[in-house]
Amino acid sequence: MSLLYTSDHEWISNDNGSAVVGITHHAQDALGDVVFVELPEVGKTFAQGDVTGVVESVKAAADVYMPVSGVITEVNEALRDNPSLANTDPQGEGWFFKVRLSDPGQLTALMDEAAYKAMTA
Amino acid sequence: MVQAVRLEPRLSEPQSATPAAPLLRTPLYDLHVALGARMVPFALYSMPVQYPAGVLAEHLHTRAQAGLFDVSHMGQLLLCGPQAAQAFEQLVPVDVIGLAPGRQRYGMLLNAQGGILDDLMFSRREDGIFVVVNGACKQADIAHIQAHIGAQCTVTPLPEHALLALQGPAAATALQRLVPGVQTMVFMDGASFRWQGHALYITRSGYTGEDGFEISLHQDGARALAEALLAQPEVMPIGLGARNSLRLEAGLCLYGNDMDAVTTPLEAQLMWAIQKVRREGGARAGGFVGAEALFAHMQQGAGRVRVGLRALERIPVREPTALEDAQGQSAGTVCSGLLGPSADMPIAMAYVPPACAAIGTPLYALVRGKRVPMQVCAMPFVPHHYRRSS
Repeated sequence: MSLLYTSDHEWISNDNGSAVVGITHHAQDALGDVVFVELPEVGKTFAQGDVTGVVESVKAAADVYMPVSGVITEVNEALRDNPSLANTDPQGEGWFFKVRLSDPGQLTALMDEAAYKAMTA
Repeated sequence: MVQAVRLEPRLSEPQSATPAAPLLRTPLYDLHVALGARMVPFALYSMPVQYPAGVLAEHLHTRAQAGLFDVSHMGQLLLCGPQAAQAFEQLVPVDVIGLAPGRQRYGMLLNAQGGILDDLMFSRREDGIFVVVNGACKQADIAHIQAHIGAQCTVTPLPEHALLALQGPAAATALQRLVPGVQTMVFMDGASFRWQGHALYITRSGYTGEDGFEISLHQDGARALAEALLAQPEVMPIGLGARNSLRLEAGLCLYGNDMDAVTTPLEAQLMWAIQKVRREGGARAGGFVGAEALFAHMQQGAGRVRVGLRALERIPVREPTALEDAQGQSAGTVCSGLLGPSADMPIAMAYVPPACAAIGTPLYALVRGKRVPMQVCAMPFVPHHYRRSS
């Protein structure tokens, strides 16, 4: 399954209405060494664009936005314990949370990899 | 989301150039770029915030080995003439006349209200009083110094000089290979040396809490010296990101964050820097800009004071986070905060009411709507390792 991207530098992988969300390589590179993540509560509902949490490096802090509306079904506890996963494997082991989409149609407005690469080039 | 990424510290002093002015470059700019640094605007200069190793690795390397910092954006100047020490005492509340040749001291420039215009280091050299001020303040500082004492001594800015800092437990070992003799200096000594024909003025001091040196030299020799230092096995280049986390762990103030023109030395807990001889009852009491206001302020007592804080949960607390006491009453604001890489916990400095300043006082930081428990604690957060005796 290929990933979709937001202009706020989150990625989302959609798999039949259940999706995984994280921050992009570009975002982790801009932040530097991640030392802290704040993850949303499981079961909480967010609208597209809501702040779900925060990711912090030694030198900076950034909000993590909801790429599409939905309910949080799972968060990455391993990332909470080892925030550097967001640097070493941001689009794999460093995922942030899983979400059950309430409006899968919102996905069509997100960027594919080529469009995201063009934006961050 | 990276829109929110910014270099900490932020600087609140006036930026003198027009916003569109191109960033200035230090003599080591090309070297930083060649080393793969990420360059950011800082104090009107393009400066390395980090190298490819990253802030954490750079911070920990400085504590374990030695780190090389380019601090050439800082202002260097020389006060010359037989009256230079007497003249400088009219601008700083510290003992200049009593400072022995070859020694360095911390000081600050005050305004008439007793607020801190800048903090600085000065040393007694054979050719005069050598002063190092903050980069973002240097133009205003030089104008201030010229205006007040320019008629009593010669004020010579040294914009063609670079300033390198070599910091860490292996700094002396690395530097003495190139510059034999530096290892006999102790903390806050200053002395002249030569390296490959270049004149160096070296002090044993810095901004990390570690043993280390600051090296002033003409820009023509700066890159060669930096490369020679980086060729030493102990040394790696360190950016502004780690410089900030290192200095905060050391409990050292950052001008613009932890003090400014509306903060007095009493509030900033910097009274240790004001020797008895310049205080009321001292042989040379007062006589500096801001003296009346500062002495009156000492009589009244400070309404807020700078303290160290540590978070009791592993949540970074950044500036300008608001604080509350245990009863939920407003209790000041964080001025610098981050997760200390060596302290291995969230640390901060804050201005709090005197009633909340005692070590151990529980306070709560309001982080994204949550009350993060914190505790007032002694500084430094990581012990200093200054070389106080040879």
